[in-house]
Formats: sequence, C-alpha cells, structure tokens
Amino acid sequence: MHIHFTDQYHEGESLIHRLDPRVKVILTVTFILTVSLTPFGAFGSYVMLFALLMATAVSAHMAPIYLLKRSIIALPFALAAITLPFTVPGDTLATVPIFGGITISQAGTIRFVSILIKSWLSVQMAIILVTVTPFPAVLWALRALRLPSPLIAIVSLMYRYLFVLYEEATRLLRARAARSATVDGVRSGGSIVWRGQVAGRMAGSLMLRSFERSERIYNAMLARGYKGQLRTVAHSHLQTIDFLVGTVTVLILLTILLFARIW
Amino acid sequence: MNWYPFLTGLSAPQQLHIPDGFLSAPVAIIGWVLAVLTIAYALRQTREQLGERQIPLLGVLAAFIFAAQAINFPVAGGTSGHLLGGALAAIVLGPWAAVLVMTAVIALQGLLFQDGGLLVMGWNIINMGILTAFTGYLIYLAIKRIGGSEQRSILIGGAIGAWLSVEVGASATAIQLALSGTTPLNIGLPAMFGVHALIGIGEALITVGALALILRSRPDLLRQGEQAGGTASAAWVAGGLLISLIVAIFSFAASGSPDGLERVAEDHGFIGSALDPVYHILPDYTIPFIPNETVSGIVAVVLGTLVVFGVAMMIGRMIKTERAESHS
Repeated sequence: MHIHFTDQYHEGESLIHRLDPRVKVILTVTFILTVSLTPFGAFGSYVMLFALLMATAVSAHMAPIYLLKRSIIALPFALAAITLPFTVPGDTLATVPIFGGITISQAGTIRFVSILIKSWLSVQMAIILVTVTPFPAVLWALRALRLPSPLIAIVSLMYRYLFVLYEEATRLLRARAARSATVDGVRSGGSIVWRGQVAGRMAGSLMLRSFERSERIYNAMLARGYKGQLRTVAHSHLQTIDFLVGTVTVLILLTILLFARIW
Repeated sequence: MNWYPFLTGLSAPQQLHIPDGFLSAPVAIIGWVLAVLTIAYALRQTREQLGERQIPLLGVLAAFIFAAQAINFPVAGGTSGHLLGGALAAIVLGPWAAVLVMTAVIALQGLLFQDGGLLVMGWNIINMGILTAFTGYLIYLAIKRIGGSEQRSILIGGAIGAWLSVEVGASATAIQLALSGTTPLNIGLPAMFGVHALIGIGEALITVGALALILRSRPDLLRQGEQAGGTASAAWVAGGLLISLIVAIFSFAASGSPDGLERVAEDHGFIGSALDPVYHILPDYTIPFIPNETVSGIVAVVLGTLVVFGVAMMIGRMIKTERAESHS
C-alpha cells in the first residue's frame, strides 16, 4: 500500500481548492447542519441542496460519478430506518399481504425516503471536503478553530503512522494466509474459537509492536526538542474571497432552510 | 491495495457508525455536548498519567486500533469476526487513555473516510469509544477483583468486558435512533442487541487472544493499565452518562414526541383523517404510545444489564471457590 491511499485529496486548481481550509470546514458543517434541520418531506429543499452540492462539485472539477461511488458507504445503515413505512401511523399507501396484511403508511414512507436523501446529501458534502482539502490542512483548520490541540495532535500523529501500522497488519494477514493452506474437499482450519484466538494473538502482537514503536517515536521527538506540544505554522490567511464565498453560501443555506420551514 | 472494500467491509456488519441524517439535530447536538465534556476530562486525566508521552503514545495506539480493525477471522457463511477495540484499549491503557484513542479513531474514520457522520460524531464517539471503554474496563476490573489476578480471571474478565462493551454500545445506538424517531425502540433495541450478541463474540475472542499474548510477553503493561488511575472517576462518569441518557429519554418522552414539528404535522394529518376533536385523539394515541415504548425499552436495557452483571458475578465466584479448593 502506498501512502497516498491514506489521503482522499485530489490535486486540483479551482476556487474551491484555493479557499481557506477553515472556511471549507465551517461551510461543510453548516451544510450538514442545514440538511439536518430541513424537515422531512421538504423535497423542494432537498433539490436545492443537491443543486448547491453539485455546483460545488462541478466548480471543484469533481466527477459526479466519483461522488456517487464514494457515497455508497452510508448505504448499509439504511436498514436502521427500514421499519418506518410500517410503524409510523398515517394514510395507508399499500397493504402487504403477509402476516394478515401489513400496511405501508404514506407518512412513514416519506420519512424513510427523507432520511435516506438527507444522509446521502450530508455524506457527499463530507466527501467533497476531503477531496478538495489535503487532510493535514483539515487538521490544521480544526486546530485553528480552537478544537483541543492535544486531541488534534493525537489525530495528526495517528494519521502519520496509519499506513505504517496498516502495512504491519497486512503483513500479519499475509503471513496467516500463507500458513493456512487448504485442500478442496478436506475440512481445514480449527474451530471458530481457535480462529478467533489466532486473530487475537495477531492483534496482541501488533499492539506490542505499536507500544515499542511509540517509545522510539517519543525518543526521536525528544531528540528533536519536543516539549510536550506540537507546533505548527499557519497554513493560510483569510482573503476577501474567503469571506465572500462563506457569506454567500451561508445566506443560500439560510434561504433554503427558511423556504423549507415556511412552505 | 484499495481502501474502500476494506472500509465498507468493516462498517457493514457492525452497523454502529451512524451516518449523518439518521439522528435528529437536537439528539445529535446533545451527543456532541456529552462527548466534548468527557473528552475534555480525558485529556486532563491522561496528561497527568502520561505527561509528554501522551501525544506519541496515544497517536500510535490510535493508528494501531485502526489497523487492528482490519484483522478479521472467518466465522461462517462469508461473515467474519472483527475487533472494535474499545475494551482492549481500556484494559491495557486505562479508561481515559482509551477514550482518547477511540475518539481519534472515530474522528479519522468520519472525517477522512466518511465512515460515520460529522454532526452525529458525538454519539459515535460515545457509543463506540466512551461506552465501550468504560464498560470493558469496569467489568474487567470487577471480575479480576472477585476472581483474583491469575491468568484465567484476567482472560474471563476481558472476554465478558469485551462482549458486554459491544452490547452496551449497540443498545445505546438503538436508543439514539429511537429518540430521533428513526427506529422504534421495541424493534431497534432487540435487533441491535441480538445482532451484536453474535458480533460481540468475535470481539471477545480477539480481545482474549490479544490479552493472552500480552500477558505472556509483557505482563507489566497490564499492571500499568490497572494503575492508570481514574477508576473511581471512571465509575462516576459512566454513571453520569447513564443518568444523563435516562434523563434525556424521559425528557423526550415527557414532551410526548421525539421531534416536535414532524410529530405535530403527522398528528394533524391523523386528526384530519379521523375527524375527531384534538383532546380525544391525544390521550388515545400520542401520550400512551411513546412513553410505553420508551419505558419498556429502558426496562429491557436495565434488566439485560443486571442479568449480565449477575452472570459475571457468578462466574467470578466460581473461579474463586475453585481456586480455594485447589489450594486446600
């Protein structure tokens, strides 16, 4: 595995790419908050939010198909809302002829579809954020926005060693695959408990290696003058365009929200 | 090597990473408030415990948990056992350090890979990080205290702690989904509890395997985790979280609806079609409906926890008497 698999950033040159990372983080969160506050069944507002999303993607030179492929990650969770059409009371839309007839209500179906759309809109905006912003810049923005700096430092360090430990885990998995030969038709591998224990020992040995690695890293940091805090330089400064884009987007989002709440 | 199949494979069977959109805005914001308070306290505690080593140690171990979640083992029918890691981290590092490690893991999964939403991340941190760490740690300590500090009681404590940590996280997720009006509690809670009773076995097996290996090669690490301190405060915070969760449930139940506006709209639709006065409909339908469901859900959670605690106590006792007999 190569290091750039750990970053979703796609190099590009656009207005969206150039925006200050702080503005991009705030706008993403505001967008998701707006989506969350939009009532169920406000399909007109969903279309407007989707238009804003697509406008952002297009002006950042992102292919909509890429967004679509990536946004599938939230799909399995739809199962959590699947009962809504059957449990929310309301006008009957249809009756399923099993168990003596289960009714599908209109209100429940609207709510189910709304939840799926809202989830899908939110996840796409989050994808755009990390596609147009290098992840270290996202972390810098979070720190600049006054999130606890030790926590951001922990996430930064984690991000830096992610691929190292992931590679270590991959080697463990490869070694297990190499010693687990199977012959067709012959039962192989121990019981589930045994297999679980093997995986557990792999996790344990990875944990010990991580411990020892963290010691080495700490010593190396000390040798370079570490005093308990990570120091960073400013990534960027706010420009006029940042204020402009930020204000306009927030106004658009407010308008959509008002539209959804009043109509 | 591609990340996406690995990540979707990771989240699909667990169903614990809540995406944005599935929780209502008030519920999501309550989650953030609770998570931020706990994280702030955890930062202070680990600063005292680890000092300058806080950032390198917790950062690398967060990367470890992320990588360890990729270690799986085949179970049956194409499914596989996975590690969530909260209990293991808490047993080895102490609960407060584990809270930070898990927070970093969940934050990175949500921010970088969209595995779990941003607005709902507070609850994701509570469910998969804070609750799993406290549950795993406290059960492990309780069983060790009853059964003595020999290998068997450490491993049994780790197993029950890990299994229960997944169950508590899953039940909490079901409660939040019910509060948001996404899944009714009487369906969501048994479903989450049932599915994660099986997933928890994978968690328990991997945790025990890891503990066994650490016990054999670096037993000093386990002693450090126990002396990490904050056990008393951990119990307080766990209790506080539980109480605030119950208060949240009751306040929502008392207001008669999980998400005011939507509910009102529905009631109006219902009233329109029923052509009945408002005061007739409300006592028949809205007020008895929600509290019953919620209260029965709370009773189920409390009973389930008590049963598991009882079983854990009994097993601890059995180990103890057996040991006493073999000594005599």
